[in-house]
Amino acid sequence: MNVFVFYLLAIIASVSAFRVVTARNVFHSALFLVLTLFSIAGIYILLGAEFLAGVQVLIYVGAITILIIFAIMLTHQISNKSIRQTNEQVFPAVLIVLIFFAMSIATLLLTSWPTATAELPSDNVNRIGQLLMTTYVIPFEVISVVLLVALIGAIVISRREKRSGD
Amino acid sequence: MEQLSLYHFLALGAVLFALGIFGLLTRRNAIGVLMAIELLFNAAAINFVAFAKFVDPQGLGGQVFAVFIITVAAAEAAVGLAIVMLIYRNFRGIEVDKINFMKW
Repeated sequence: MNVFVFYLLAIIASVSAFRVVTARNVFHSALFLVLTLFSIAGIYILLGAEFLAGVQVLIYVGAITILIIFAIMLTHQISNKSIRQTNEQVFPAVLIVLIFFAMSIATLLLTSWPTATAELPSDNVNRIGQLLMTTYVIPFEVISVVLLVALIGAIVISRREKRSGD
Repeated sequence: MEQLSLYHFLALGAVLFALGIFGLLTRRNAIGVLMAIELLFNAAAINFVAFAKFVDPQGLGGQVFAVFIITVAAAEAAVGLAIVMLIYRNFRGIEVDKINFMKW
């Protein structure tokens, strides 16, 4: 059952990710991105990471794709289909991607991964909260500063500049 | 009936990462490039969560770092889209192969 669900979600994620990078209309790309992110949330549930699945839906599907769709709407001429969406590097890109993919699959098969026999603790969310406040408290504080800086930076960058004479 | 193993999830991560690189290299539209970068972030996060389940279930470090990845992705999207809006305002277009005025 789990295997069937995994293959279903993996196929949905891969096909819609393929459409994200190949669709002619950027708006369609954004909608396929939503589908990809939803199926990745399902993958997280399969992996026993319920908290991450919720965060994925809230932040990725709820915030980031909405931001992307806003940007597409504000730059109106780009959803025009007559504009070419790919550059002239398609053939070298396919080559590079195939080489990269073959290398990563080879590495994946040749490495002997250490596997644990233990199960994930059932109180995942609880444990993640405790880890964020104990073991990972320094990265947690740093990432909050990064988020604050990004917020201020985005506001400063996108603000309309005033002329010095005004 | 086969069981789900680490290999399944790492292979899915590799597929998504490869597709993300393809989009990153071939898109002309800056927003398309940002969407490809989101795919790359997600591929890395899937690998982290898979390692958290199959390699170190008691430590849960992989899931914590996946939370950090999502945070960094949110910051990247905010700053990246702000830059895209600024470029659109100045150039009336966001094709990345036309924005080369800093090259020469």
